[in-house]
Amino acid sequence: MSPDFIIAAIMTVVGLTTPILLAGLGELVVEKAGVLNLGVEGMMLMGAISGFAVTVFTFNPWLGVLGAAAGGAASSMLFAVLVLQLNSNQVATGLALSIFGTGLSSLIGLSFTGRIVIPFTSVFPDALAKHPLFEVIFGYSPIVYFALFMVPAVGWFLKSTRAGLILRAVGENDHSAHSIGYSVIGVRYAAIAFGGAMAGIGGAYFSMVITPMWAEKMTAGRGWIALALVVFAGWRSGRLLVSAYFFGILMALELYAKASGFSVVPSQFWAAMPYLMTVVALTFISARGNAGSNAPACLGKPFLPSN
Amino acid sequence: MTTLNRRSLMKGVGAAATLSMIASTARAEDKVKIGFIFLGPIGDYGWTWAHNKGREAIDAALGDKVETIYVENVMEDASAVPVIRDLAQQGCKLIFTTSYGYMDQTLEVAKEFPDVKFEHCTGFKRADNVSTYNSKFHEGRAVLGTIAGKMSKSGTLGYLGSYKVPEVVLGVNSFCLSAQRMNPAATVKLVLIDSWFDPPKEAAATETLINLGCDIVTTHTDSPGPLQILEQKGLHGFGQGADMSSFAPNAHLTAIEDIWGPYYVARAQAIVDGTWASTDTWDGMKEGTVVISPYSAAVPADVAAEADKVQAGYKDGSFDIFTGPIYDQDGTLRVKEGEVMSLADLAVIDWFVKGVESAS
Repeated sequence: MSPDFIIAAIMTVVGLTTPILLAGLGELVVEKAGVLNLGVEGMMLMGAISGFAVTVFTFNPWLGVLGAAAGGAASSMLFAVLVLQLNSNQVATGLALSIFGTGLSSLIGLSFTGRIVIPFTSVFPDALAKHPLFEVIFGYSPIVYFALFMVPAVGWFLKSTRAGLILRAVGENDHSAHSIGYSVIGVRYAAIAFGGAMAGIGGAYFSMVITPMWAEKMTAGRGWIALALVVFAGWRSGRLLVSAYFFGILMALELYAKASGFSVVPSQFWAAMPYLMTVVALTFISARGNAGSNAPACLGKPFLPSN
Repeated sequence: MTTLNRRSLMKGVGAAATLSMIASTARAEDKVKIGFIFLGPIGDYGWTWAHNKGREAIDAALGDKVETIYVENVMEDASAVPVIRDLAQQGCKLIFTTSYGYMDQTLEVAKEFPDVKFEHCTGFKRADNVSTYNSKFHEGRAVLGTIAGKMSKSGTLGYLGSYKVPEVVLGVNSFCLSAQRMNPAATVKLVLIDSWFDPPKEAAATETLINLGCDIVTTHTDSPGPLQILEQKGLHGFGQGADMSSFAPNAHLTAIEDIWGPYYVARAQAIVDGTWASTDTWDGMKEGTVVISPYSAAVPADVAAEADKVQAGYKDGSFDIFTGPIYDQDGTLRVKEGEVMSLADLAVIDWFVKGVESAS
């Protein structure tokens, strides 16, 4: 295996991993605040079309990424109002958001079908970004570095900041947090918006970087993988990074196994692996009981102040 | 604050989903209703897009007599049954189910509605009220294989497919045999991604094929994603289902265009006239169902000449890529020298020819 073969393989893995890592990080924060938002797929699609549309109009991919974050966050607010103000069921509302986001992005996308934008690739000088070896470090879209930066940033925020502590308190015991004066609803709004923005940027990675075009349902189920990732990672950002790359490597292995004619293990086995591993992880987590699982205690429960 | 409860919410969601799923183009009770079941979104710029163009051709030709309805994004599993049944219950007299994976579901619903006629695309099971129709996409693949075999520097070609179904197997074999006519040492690396439409996976699979030495990749999945990867890498590929040159002006050499309009209009007319009968139609280049887009400037004149010869051969019936001798992957002689594979054999083919490298 020559170095350029390995580098090209690594770059494929990074491409497969970045969107699910971004969406997973966002969902991790949402779930840490005690809210289960199953609408990731819809928010990713809203981000994908928003980012693409802004890039088409402004020719500026940086604004495109901001547009994607705004599009994802805006769609998540619909969910937030329903589950936080009206106390609707989070699972049903999240699924509704997925359906809604898929439909609305298709509708908005009608006038963008068949158009392309310049891919939002590396901003480093070609000497680094196209260098046969250093490409593996400098050859990516800024979104990739943003995702990698956000991993420790989210970890630090949740673990070492006051705001992060409050967010976790809201997710672990909403009534206690409420009784000492924290706005449970306010914190959850912020967390849901953050989750929407991250899913939106993840979606934009598809429409602005990998395949710079708009196509209906182009995320093809990655939002659901991101949801599984959060559980698989046990609600820890560091583990989320490892899990996301593990999933990315499995997805790439499937393709390499198929393309090289490797048939000792059926290729369907590779395709099923991410889901299989999630089931295994879930089994371990539930076997250990809730105390060891790190799952927020109030996850998915509506906040109903007793007074 | 809990007035908007779960039930009313789900009702709203259900209504919204139904509205977005079923789009009706006209309202008139006396018109004959014709339904379509689509695999992907009509905006996929590939397979479903081409079928929808065919549907629009019916509207254009017979809009005063018929009304068309379609449902998109229908999965190829048991969930297709109620969707097909719903179209029949809405009063459709003719229903096109436009993908291989709807075969048994179509027959199941057809049994319940003996007065409704069904047309199943690319399948092989028929009934008194179920016709099948198909397009000889592999004739187009022979043109692409000819171009790829002659233009490839590495002699290693990539083929990105969906599932191991006869349509894809035929495409792979036709592409590989045609490339080997131009370059006997040519091989085809095959990746089947278990989906017809998954742009990120299609893109990653294309990168994989390129990394394994393929300098031309052809796609038998429905998005233009692979072409965009080839464009970024400065390599070449082909459009699938429609001319995709707008997505990759430099990478796009030509495309196989699926032209369903004339067939759809003829079948709709037969319903209006009351002359519809169950048949099996398998048209190709000769009938204009398979059309090759104009070659791009990147195709050299001598390559274009060879490709034109294949096209002319199919149009006048003098050429068939499935003429023996043909060996399979294990080196077994499957078709003897001078023999031509019958349409019946082609329709159920499940083996790859020598030179195809695949995991299955």
